[in-house]
Amino acid sequence: MNEATPHSEGFGEFVGRAFGNRSFVIGLVIALVVAAMAAISFFWTPFDVTRLVVADRMQPPSAEHWFGTDHFGRDVLSMIMIGARNSIAVALVAVVIGMGIGVPLGCWAAARGGWVDEALMRFNDLVFAFPALLSAIMITAVFGPSAINAIIAIGIFNIPVFARVARAGALSIWPREYILAARAAGKNKSRITVEHILPNIANLLLVQGTIQFALGILAEAALSYVGLGTQPPMPSWGRMLFDAQTLMMVSPWLALFPGCAILITVLGLNLLGDGISDIFDPRSRRRP
Amino acid sequence: MTIYLLKRLLIGIATLIVASLVVFLMLEVVPGDPARLMLGMNTSDAQVDLLREQMGLNQPLILRYLDWIRGLLRLDFGKSYTYSVPVIDLIRERLVVSFPLAVISLTLSTLIAIPVGLFAAARRGKAGDTAAMAVAQVGVAMPNFWFALLLVYVFAVWLRLVPAGGFPGWGNGIWPALKALILPALALALPQAAILARVTRAALIEVLNEDYIRTARAKGMPMRAVLWRHALRNAMIPVLTIMGLQFAFLLAGTIIIENVFYLPGLGRLVFQAIIQRDLIVVESVVMLLVAAVVLVNLIVDLSYALVDPRLRARQ
Repeated sequence: MNEATPHSEGFGEFVGRAFGNRSFVIGLVIALVVAAMAAISFFWTPFDVTRLVVADRMQPPSAEHWFGTDHFGRDVLSMIMIGARNSIAVALVAVVIGMGIGVPLGCWAAARGGWVDEALMRFNDLVFAFPALLSAIMITAVFGPSAINAIIAIGIFNIPVFARVARAGALSIWPREYILAARAAGKNKSRITVEHILPNIANLLLVQGTIQFALGILAEAALSYVGLGTQPPMPSWGRMLFDAQTLMMVSPWLALFPGCAILITVLGLNLLGDGISDIFDPRSRRRP
Repeated sequence: MTIYLLKRLLIGIATLIVASLVVFLMLEVVPGDPARLMLGMNTSDAQVDLLREQMGLNQPLILRYLDWIRGLLRLDFGKSYTYSVPVIDLIRERLVVSFPLAVISLTLSTLIAIPVGLFAAARRGKAGDTAAMAVAQVGVAMPNFWFALLLVYVFAVWLRLVPAGGFPGWGNGIWPALKALILPALALALPQAAILARVTRAALIEVLNEDYIRTARAKGMPMRAVLWRHALRNAMIPVLTIMGLQFAFLLAGTIIIENVFYLPGLGRLVFQAIIQRDLIVVESVVMLLVAAVVLVNLIVDLSYALVDPRLRARQ
């Protein structure tokens, strides 16, 4: 057996290699911390963010309020925890929409070829020509600003991305010998796609999924910042930055912490994506 | 090559047609009657209906669409509902802010990204490369509006070097206007430069593995010359592709950034128009932006032929 091929590797070795990858480990830790913060916020936050304590307003970071308080006296750390929940929900559902529609389309294009393929790819080019954020702003403005409409707006622009990745991945798998064998065994194209193509492009989709997840968090923050995403009083990172802008002279920390939360989360997801793609790419293993 | 460009041109036109349909239909379903919006809530139904007739709102959908397209082609976009001036005048007066902003950002981002990419690729795996790519990694993850806020805090609030927002207009001299644009341009450019630097580095590393690079090195050509003369030129195709894609992001970014800095540009115009349901302004500006993206991507396709003689020769 040749040890250089990924298939001959045992599961233990694979896990060992994954945890030897610096990007993957750092990214995973950040992602888990943010996810944990969001999960904990469902039943516990340091302070109740629905209660406005005017006496406590705009306090700098202290032992009691680690990240300070805002102009309503709400605890910034608690708001960031709940904001994490929002960002994750919006970005995750947008990725699910993109994958759920994009991957079947891409696989179909690759399996069918011909005019279906051509039409789908031209349609992809078309969506790419639309400035995504502008269209998202239009969608949320037309159908009313809300987290749900933000999800749909971001999700629509994930579709062509996943379609493109799935198609490119599937096209590289179709000429393989084991696919030929499967066809000779009488399996039809959709069965081959489900049984052989999808498992082999899953890593590509996972990497793209992390990237789109990160982009979704950035887009949600931008939409909420201009007032078209998550609506107050529900805390969201983008909205917190908008509120902080006018108060920046007096309390700069209000702009500091939500921004850091976005930056670190997106950075973690990007590192995770880089890490996963390194782990699965056999070429990168030959690199010293 | 000619066939290739013709094909791209046709795709560009098709994109514009479909975009116009999407934009038109989407704004058709917006709740709220523009005629009533213009006249206010206290007017009678008869008055509203008269205005609807004058504005052509009572015509069938398809006729209104064709009218709109005919207007677009003649740069006659109609009249804004809220400002009661021709939309083209609004666009013209906002373009003098947004266009320089886009050009400065694109220039800044290229001037930063290409040298950083070259620097990192030449020192692949060494400390300089690792440091540059770590900074780029952070830049990619940075939300541009937050970066804008940080810039305002440091350079406007703290150091008082530039204004925190607003635009004095070009009439009061070039310097004050440029000073108002420099922070927004930086906020737009740096996150894009981070992406572009990563792409440039990756493309260069790919090219540096080629045989002709080894030949050039073997005949004694210094690394610097190899990088600039051979590698960069051959790495330009992916770099140009990303720059083309980034232009669309740049336009969308201006909407957010112009809001941060209270700049009276196209982005702020379209954003306010959306909020005020000034549909005709929204339609016109969105179409203009999509047209700009299509045009830039055509220029990118053309420039492939300029950088790569092999593409020019191919029929």
